[in-house]
Amino acid sequence: MEEKRNYTLKIWRQKDANDKGGFVTYPLNDISTDMSFLEMIDVLNEKLIADGQEPVHFDHDCREGICGMCSMVINGKPHGPKDAITTCQLHMRSFDHGVTITVEPWRAKAFPVIRDLVVDRTSFDRIIQAGGYVSVNTGGVPDANEIPIPKKIADDAFDAATCIGCGACVAACKNASAMLFVSAKISQLAMLPQGKVERASRAEDMIAQMDEEGFGACTNTGACSAVCPKEISLEHIARMNREYFTAKFTAKKS
Amino acid sequence: MSWLHTTMNSTLGKKVLMALTGLFLILFLVIHLLGNLQLLLPDQGAAFNIYAHNMASNPLIRVVSILNFAFILTHVVYSIVLTRLNKNARPVGYAVPNKKSAWASRNMGILGTIILLFIIIHLKGFWYELKFGKVPFVEIDGIMMKNGFALVQAAYSNPIYSLIYVIAMVFLGFHLSHGFQSAFQTLGLNHNKYTTFIKKTGLAFSILIPGLFAMIPIIMYLKSIT
Repeated sequence: MEEKRNYTLKIWRQKDANDKGGFVTYPLNDISTDMSFLEMIDVLNEKLIADGQEPVHFDHDCREGICGMCSMVINGKPHGPKDAITTCQLHMRSFDHGVTITVEPWRAKAFPVIRDLVVDRTSFDRIIQAGGYVSVNTGGVPDANEIPIPKKIADDAFDAATCIGCGACVAACKNASAMLFVSAKISQLAMLPQGKVERASRAEDMIAQMDEEGFGACTNTGACSAVCPKEISLEHIARMNREYFTAKFTAKKS
Repeated sequence: MSWLHTTMNSTLGKKVLMALTGLFLILFLVIHLLGNLQLLLPDQGAAFNIYAHNMASNPLIRVVSILNFAFILTHVVYSIVLTRLNKNARPVGYAVPNKKSAWASRNMGILGTIILLFIIIHLKGFWYELKFGKVPFVEIDGIMMKNGFALVQAAYSNPIYSLIYVIAMVFLGFHLSHGFQSAFQTLGLNHNKYTTFIKKTGLAFSILIPGLFAMIPIIMYLKSIT
């Protein structure tokens, strides 16, 4: 049943990448428990605009958990307290009446803050551009089942492909490491026949780009997988390591 | 060989060096423990002294011991390099810390630093003393050898020294509780057929090995006061 609740919001405000930034506290009353977290921020922003203040900038797009745009660390956890959802899928019924909610942007050198809670995630795009694609000619659309792929492998590849590239893994990692994201992208292609052809150069190039962007190394804490809205498994990181070292030690490099 | 340098210098390469040196040190712990458990035999240290004497005079063990020092050094140096790299990756931290992972896994650096301090105390107390210090000799089976047992016995009759050893083993246990399974993951060995086995073995290892190590100073101290 719908209820109205009051909250104290502690939100990170920062004018641009060069601004030092800091927390600003906003009291917010009569919030419906049926609202999503982003709708709650919308209500706050309406109030701020009405008061002639700058609204809180934040990323969002589809608001149905599939685009990977929303990016907020809520009370220390990317996408908030619930597991396997994005911020837009989080509802205010998950927060008790009267609590203080701390909202911070993704924190990583490779994700510089653009403004408030909006961070620049083009480093992910550059990693994809380095090799996260199939560039060989795979012909036209094949007939169903013409290319035999065992169901288990198709499932594993699909699990990896569910990564929406939101960056929660980087945000949660104590090292701001992008391994879970990169491993999901490498895995989804390495397991399928069309992607296998370029698996060696893909692993080498994407990991080189990942390092260049300034992401940290993996300590295998598992925090990334624990906060991932798509529950991407650490098995993909192990596979990425195998792909990388197999490529480095066996593939010919031009 | 520039490709090898590039490979080992990548974030993945550095982690593989941590994993490989870590696994070697894990193996070393087992051998070291098996040797040291002879301290508890009721033979006034004869078995332990013969073992220590043979170890000191075996050329193969000499090579392994140099490798062991080299691997400890590599593990330490790369941990510093990786920690710096990882800290640089997040210049501004969070106001609310994330706790969605095991405590030991987030604090391997702190645990490792404490273990390194312990290793220094340990080497000074026993390794250095046995090699360069004045240790009494004992004759066993007609052979004159250094009485390492007496050295250990004297050290562990000090309750504070023994306590340092026991506490250090707790930290080692936590370090291993993450390090053991993490090494396999880094080497790409994660598969639903055997990962549960690796994790359980790692947990058992991190309790059993430091536990047995800690037993030695405890029992030797208790023997010294009775």
